[in-house]
Amino acid sequence: MTVTDETQTREAPELEIGRARFRKEDERLITGRSRFTDNMQLPGMLHLAMVRSPFAHATITSIDTDAAKAAPGVIAVVTGEDIKDIQGVNANAWPITTDQVTPTHLPVVIDHVACAGEIVAVIAARTEAQARDAIELVDVDYEELPAVLDSKEALKDEVLAHPDLGTNKSAFWQLDSAAQGSGGDVEEAIAKARTDGVVIEREFRQQRLIPAFMEPRSTVVDPTGDQLTVWSATQVPHILRFLIAATTGLPESKLRVVAPDVGGGFGGKLQTTPEEFATIAVARRLGKPCKYTETRSESLLSGHHGRDQWQKLTLSAEKDGTVTGLKVELIADLGAYVAVIGGGIPVLGAWMFNAIYKFPAYQFNCQTVLTNKAWVDAYRGAGRPEATFGIERMMDELAAEVGVDPLEIREQNWITHEEFPFTTVAGMTYDSGNYEAATAKAKELFGYDALRAEQARRRADKDPVQLGIGVSTFTEMCGLAPSRILGSLNYGAGGWEHASIRMLPTGKVEVITGSSAHGQGHHTAWSQIVADRLGVAFEDVEVLHGDTAIAPKGMDTYGSRSLVVGGEAVVRAADKVIEKAKVIAAHLLEASADDLEFSGGRFGVKGTDRGLAIGEVALATFAAHNLPDGVEPSLDSDATYDPVNFSFPHGTHLCAMEVDTETGATSMRSYACVDDVGVIVNPLLVEGQIHGGLVQGISQALWEGAEYDENGTLVTGSFVDYTLPTAADTISFVTDTTVSPSTTNTLGTKGVGEAGTIAATPAVVNAIIDALRPLGIHDIQMPCTPERVWQAIQSASTPPEGEREAAPHFDERAPNQDPPGGSITEGGAQ
Amino acid sequence: MIPASFDYLAPATAAEALAALAEHGDDAKVLAGGQSLLPILRMRLNAPEVVIDLGKIPELQGISEDGDHLVIGAMTTYAAVLASEAVSTHAALLSKAVATVADPQIRHRGTVGGALVHADPAGDVGAPVLALGAELVIAGSDGTTRTVTAEDFFEDLFTTAVGEDELLTQIRIPKHTGWGAHYEKFVRVSHQWSIVAIAATVRVEDGAIAEARVGLTNMGATPLRVAGVEAALVGQPPTDEAVRAAVASIADDTNPPSDLNGDSGYRKHLATVLARRAVLAAAGA
Amino acid sequence: MTRITVTVDGVEYFDEVEPRMLLVQYLRESLGKVGTVIGCDTSNCGACTVHLDGRSVKSCNVLAVQADGHEVTTIEGLAANGSLHPMQTAFHETHALQCGYCTPGMIMQACDLLKDNPDPSEQEIREGLEGNLCRCTGYHNIVRAVQQAAGAMREGVAS
Repeated sequence: MTVTDETQTREAPELEIGRARFRKEDERLITGRSRFTDNMQLPGMLHLAMVRSPFAHATITSIDTDAAKAAPGVIAVVTGEDIKDIQGVNANAWPITTDQVTPTHLPVVIDHVACAGEIVAVIAARTEAQARDAIELVDVDYEELPAVLDSKEALKDEVLAHPDLGTNKSAFWQLDSAAQGSGGDVEEAIAKARTDGVVIEREFRQQRLIPAFMEPRSTVVDPTGDQLTVWSATQVPHILRFLIAATTGLPESKLRVVAPDVGGGFGGKLQTTPEEFATIAVARRLGKPCKYTETRSESLLSGHHGRDQWQKLTLSAEKDGTVTGLKVELIADLGAYVAVIGGGIPVLGAWMFNAIYKFPAYQFNCQTVLTNKAWVDAYRGAGRPEATFGIERMMDELAAEVGVDPLEIREQNWITHEEFPFTTVAGMTYDSGNYEAATAKAKELFGYDALRAEQARRRADKDPVQLGIGVSTFTEMCGLAPSRILGSLNYGAGGWEHASIRMLPTGKVEVITGSSAHGQGHHTAWSQIVADRLGVAFEDVEVLHGDTAIAPKGMDTYGSRSLVVGGEAVVRAADKVIEKAKVIAAHLLEASADDLEFSGGRFGVKGTDRGLAIGEVALATFAAHNLPDGVEPSLDSDATYDPVNFSFPHGTHLCAMEVDTETGATSMRSYACVDDVGVIVNPLLVEGQIHGGLVQGISQALWEGAEYDENGTLVTGSFVDYTLPTAADTISFVTDTTVSPSTTNTLGTKGVGEAGTIAATPAVVNAIIDALRPLGIHDIQMPCTPERVWQAIQSASTPPEGEREAAPHFDERAPNQDPPGGSITEGGAQ
Repeated sequence: MIPASFDYLAPATAAEALAALAEHGDDAKVLAGGQSLLPILRMRLNAPEVVIDLGKIPELQGISEDGDHLVIGAMTTYAAVLASEAVSTHAALLSKAVATVADPQIRHRGTVGGALVHADPAGDVGAPVLALGAELVIAGSDGTTRTVTAEDFFEDLFTTAVGEDELLTQIRIPKHTGWGAHYEKFVRVSHQWSIVAIAATVRVEDGAIAEARVGLTNMGATPLRVAGVEAALVGQPPTDEAVRAAVASIADDTNPPSDLNGDSGYRKHLATVLARRAVLAAAGA
Repeated sequence: MTRITVTVDGVEYFDEVEPRMLLVQYLRESLGKVGTVIGCDTSNCGACTVHLDGRSVKSCNVLAVQADGHEVTTIEGLAANGSLHPMQTAFHETHALQCGYCTPGMIMQACDLLKDNPDPSEQEIREGLEGNLCRCTGYHNIVRAVQQAAGAMREGVAS
């Protein structure tokens, strides 16, 4: 029984790149032969259950484990005190400033709980049921402390998330175009616009989200002698291995980390978790294999969350809508701890708020803050969706203020295709792009003009269901990342990726990649790349990843980096194979290497019909009977590629929303997007990434939001209340692409994993606002629930006929805005 | 994800089940379709010592007609209700409401009686059963049977007239043959419990509403029926304007909950809009 | 412990189980049928969907003891005689899965939906899958897959 490998129609049959290959990954997944971590059973394996704090902030005064220890099947009950010397810490790898305030994050807490759900004790039992039965038998005495839950409140330092640190302010980070020489002075630009231009001031809320990958996290640890094997549902087996070694003292060489089939991540599995470290510590202490699999409720409670920012934005422009300056002031809620790259996530927005627009002056300020809630880290897009939302909302507000179509204001201000490469006011150099082409195509696919006409009709008819059109002409920076830039940002590692290619004597090819997939389709895409590069059959390429014993070097999968960084490493390894094979082929063909040309998998002697297929060279190399003097008998090659730049995909997303003004309910009428992700290796995979990304972005706009009550209890603690959309809540999308090849990698590819999510959120919200703007509504807080939409309509004052609503300046009445409070940059914070 | 331990009983008759209930009292929980009970047990929000499964009692299942009544066994699944032509003909409102319950998998297992006794105010079966003027047949462990009206059946949040040693056995619904029906359910995502829903069934005669029955879901601790609105609808043409006026007071005496999906005031507003839509749809307008 | 007899994917099993054991745990832990996975604890996600006597159920919402005397089909029993079920083929060919975690449940529910309605509209497909969450695909290609499979199965019946 095999899945078919036939393909859809293809334009260039001789090339694999560009073909809509069906996935090699699918067979085991559609037949139930998957290898997810929780599927594993090892002989003698114990099952763990976590005793978690119900309180958001508390001191632990005592833990009585006697009753639990006596419960049926229970082998051990382990507290933080018991494993304090071996449990390590959940480290922050990116202190954004040298004086960042970073609380120590113990996997199993000892005496201080900083958010609900923290692990207080671990039960090991013969069965999972027995382990869970014993949870309620552990008697923990807590002394509750006041919890700080709101980031703006936290900035006052009146209630402290970590009393011993003396402050909730973790770090302040600034990028100023005048100071770094990449642009003008933003305060001057704003001051000038206040007298003779336009100033738009808004405060937007980026609500807290939960990544909500479908596979709950699971870890199996097998201690064998002094070696330790860790299987985990992680995006980052290599980073996990490094951080286990770095924080527990276990020799890295004794550690093997395996990410088997991983059921989605979206940044949510870009972490080293308390659960992983606790499982490792308990397995080491007991000398037995141990498994811990979280429930969904535990996952929502204790896995890291995403977003959670307040964005105060000031945009200045000429009266005609030409932008002159942008000032960004962020408050980023990190939750209780600074996660592995938690502090850095909002900072990634620094290069993205200016987006595709030619701002002459720019300033980005970010204050990170600690609260008694779940920690916050990467979630699909990580820093860029927040920025894109802010700027794309602001461009719509500017268009409304100037009184032009939102696409027009964008065109007036965007980088034209002739201007690439273009160095932005933030200091990034965009290598390629064509915003005009993507926009023109999207408008046509969407039927923009017809929808605008319908919108006008429905406005005139006072239709209770109004139509709105939302625009998002996004770009993003991905392909993390040039190591030198990461170094300059105080990031704790590099951004390279590694690949190895092994030429097997039977003509098969093994590709080892350090980029560990969890649904993206690396196996298929890498096969296509290598098939073209080495001229071998797609079917003959096998891709190995996700096991540090097999793929020892890697930086893993996140930040839409796999193809642009990891794929380039594969290309370079393949090129090295060819170089090595060429020497041997020349020897076997008794020709000069200079006279050989490599094409279609064959070394041919120029001007003759003599040649050798690369597989033949591989076999001859394996035999090693007849090699040139001094040449090693191996074609196998490694490449470690450090990117020279980020990747800048872009696109134009257009969304039509219908808004029922009687109930506040919204429904999506249509969605069309044209993305430019450079050269496409597999259009099927690209479409899949876009579709999935779109729904996550749309979902932020409409459905999702992590909510805590006043005690710090997560109210949206199950899938009943954390409302993910189903097939019945979503629509089919119109997607297409334009291609502006990247100039910074061999294949011309750009990242695609996060694009849909980054683009979609502002497109949806802009559409809802567009539907309601005649009522004087200029913002609705996300998720735009029916109740919020309805409340906005109720509180709106309809302006007199023909009179446009003046844009308010940090309007306290607006539903999206807390009382604005002081500027975080005033008085030189920190 | 794993319930606490319990003993399991699967009686073959209602009498056996009642005897077991009498024996175990409040240590026991009755398992009907289990689609609400099992999540509660898995999350350990309840930990009964005994679970009495009614799934092996054929007499509690099935749909039949008894003169001018439709008789639905308490253990009849949503899927069976949906598949029943008798229900769609004589109690279309119930068919329409049941079609919106949760999702297909849940509807394959969940039972009408289980939902009624669970009495979640956001459940979709209570309002139509109430609006249709159903009677609920309750059997006691002493061998007696009593019948209560739907009005008397729903007592409070998750509380019904069914006592600890009793079982709901049948739902008797007066036939509403030829009545139009609509269940207008308002949710943010499709698999959600009702934020608010309106169950409406009307008989239209000579271009006017001759009779109307309207029930409310999640507008209070129990499903509600609004006699005043039903009366106001009688004689009205099924037009937007007339129905709007007739249902305007529908939320006046309600006390709906406030939660993440909407506060009480918003729910009251929703009820008036949804009621108009439900009645108009039921009237085929 | 309670004694049960259950036929799973065509094989009859006799087992002693704790009454509290969920069907999904029985499948995974007792029978090693780990193709059926667990995605939530509130019966919202549908990842554990199997067929019980030919109709879809969430196997986290059925006790193993309730399956006594009944027949269960899981994703591992769907392919017959070495051939993939048309739904499995369609999921593969339309790229209707990425991480694959929701896929077993999604495929089992999609098959159930076609039993009632062999020629569903897009909206009917979407509503028929409302008990199954997917976080990767945005559902777009899952809808395509069900459409393709429905076509293939109707053709199969016609021929």
